[in-house]
Amino acid sequence: MQQLTRRQMLALGSGAAVITMLPVAPILAAGSEFEMRVKKFAGTAMIREGGIELDLPEIAENGNTVPMSVSVGSPMTKADHVQQVMVLAEGNPLPGVITFNFSHMSGSAEASTRMRLAKTQNVVAVARMSDGSVRMVKSVVKVTIGGCGG
Amino acid sequence: MKKILMLAVATAIGLAIAASAKAEMKRVAIKPPNGHALSEIISGYEYRSKETKVLQDDDIQNPGFIWVEQGEELWSQTDGSAGKSCASCHDDATESMATVGTVYPKWDDKVGKPVSLEQRINTCRKDNMGAKPWKWESGPLLSMTTYVRHQSRGKPVNVSAEGPAASWAERGKKLYYQRVGQLDMACSSCHEDNYGNRIRADMLSQGQSNGFPTYRFKWQKIGSIHRRFKGCMKNIRATPYKVGSDEFVALELYLATRGVGLPVETPAVRN
Amino acid sequence: MAKSKPRIKVPKKAAKGDVITLKTLISHKMESGQRKDKKGEKIPRQIINKFTCEFNGATVFSCDIEPAVSANPYLQFTAKIEESGEFQFTWTADNGDVFKKSQKITVA
Repeated sequence: MQQLTRRQMLALGSGAAVITMLPVAPILAAGSEFEMRVKKFAGTAMIREGGIELDLPEIAENGNTVPMSVSVGSPMTKADHVQQVMVLAEGNPLPGVITFNFSHMSGSAEASTRMRLAKTQNVVAVARMSDGSVRMVKSVVKVTIGGCGG
Repeated sequence: MKKILMLAVATAIGLAIAASAKAEMKRVAIKPPNGHALSEIISGYEYRSKETKVLQDDDIQNPGFIWVEQGEELWSQTDGSAGKSCASCHDDATESMATVGTVYPKWDDKVGKPVSLEQRINTCRKDNMGAKPWKWESGPLLSMTTYVRHQSRGKPVNVSAEGPAASWAERGKKLYYQRVGQLDMACSSCHEDNYGNRIRADMLSQGQSNGFPTYRFKWQKIGSIHRRFKGCMKNIRATPYKVGSDEFVALELYLATRGVGLPVETPAVRN
Repeated sequence: MAKSKPRIKVPKKAAKGDVITLKTLISHKMESGQRKDKKGEKIPRQIINKFTCEFNGATVFSCDIEPAVSANPYLQFTAKIEESGEFQFTWTADNGDVFKKSQKITVA
């Protein structure tokens, strides 16, 4: 029976950040590309927080493949539907992830994909409705980095 | 009276369901045969997050199926001087290969060694198709290996280490328990003595091979068990053996006996 | 890897007015443009940047994809079915490659 020593543990986990909680950053970091993207998306509309769901794992086993789903409650009719949902990862080298473009034929404003997260960070989804209003939600994902590679 | 009995049975079933729902977090383990190295045999699947399990369980979400489908295409493509495809001799893989993935590595009388599924595929290409062997870890060899082993998905691993294979399994066992590298660790240090514990952020499994070839997020593609062995050896700062080497085939054979009875999961999804 | 190959999962039948779930996955490396090769030089970006889903010629759903989407991109979304017809799925890559797949659905 081998008890792993502290040295072995540290060496095996080298490059592995222990899961940490980032201090929750203000939703818009001033002057960043992230902020620019959100501003451009929202235009002149007021951004309302909530009214949009972002489903992400609390802890991602690997930042290469993090499952992500967004959904916005809407009748999805010609007159009243969700037009776009943009997803941004605040702590990635480039914040852009994906923009979903819905139509009244979508039936629902729900979509899923898998994303890359470079580290523990906030993921933000911004939705624009057909009446021009904008909603926003953010969620923190802890990313397990390193561990056993190979 | 009958009604009361029925009610009692229904209540008992209800309680049983509630109990099993509570036990959902428990890892599924199978009982090993007598004299086995482990007291419980557990698939690496059980150590993964619910999100990763969902990816493996849905054949459209599971990215390993890219290789399953490529293998399926290759199955009926002719290659080599004999003008044959796999299908020319083996016909429908869903029937002819139905249990093949449960028994490899398997003893091969012709070469006097156990061979891995990858090696068996290449022997077939060389001897029967007059085709060039595929390179280890190449797209076609990974695809074909994945496709063939996938035909056994859900069936229990049934590798034999008896007869002439016994000495090879013994050799694999030595390698499994041999401490190597700068960190002075053996396979057993993590996967026997510490499965279920974390190495910093990473959860250690029993290092079972029932899901290989496996799609790993780390690799962003599918990979062979020999590639995984190499990675493990590098992690403990040891010089890895070569893919397809006698050492790795012996280790693969012994490792398979440690997971006997586990369902084949190919293509599994791991982190 | 060989040429990108799309995989889709679309129900073959639906009732009028049903909202169905569509699942797609395409094999692609999604080279982010952020990685460096062994010589320390940046590997140029090469990703699938656009996906569209049309039904009988009208766009139902589309997305603009950036390098932070994982390799072998998976997309799941919904569509409301009012009539029988054909779905056309199109993936466009940075280098101009276009991959298509289609499937019919019947309204019972």
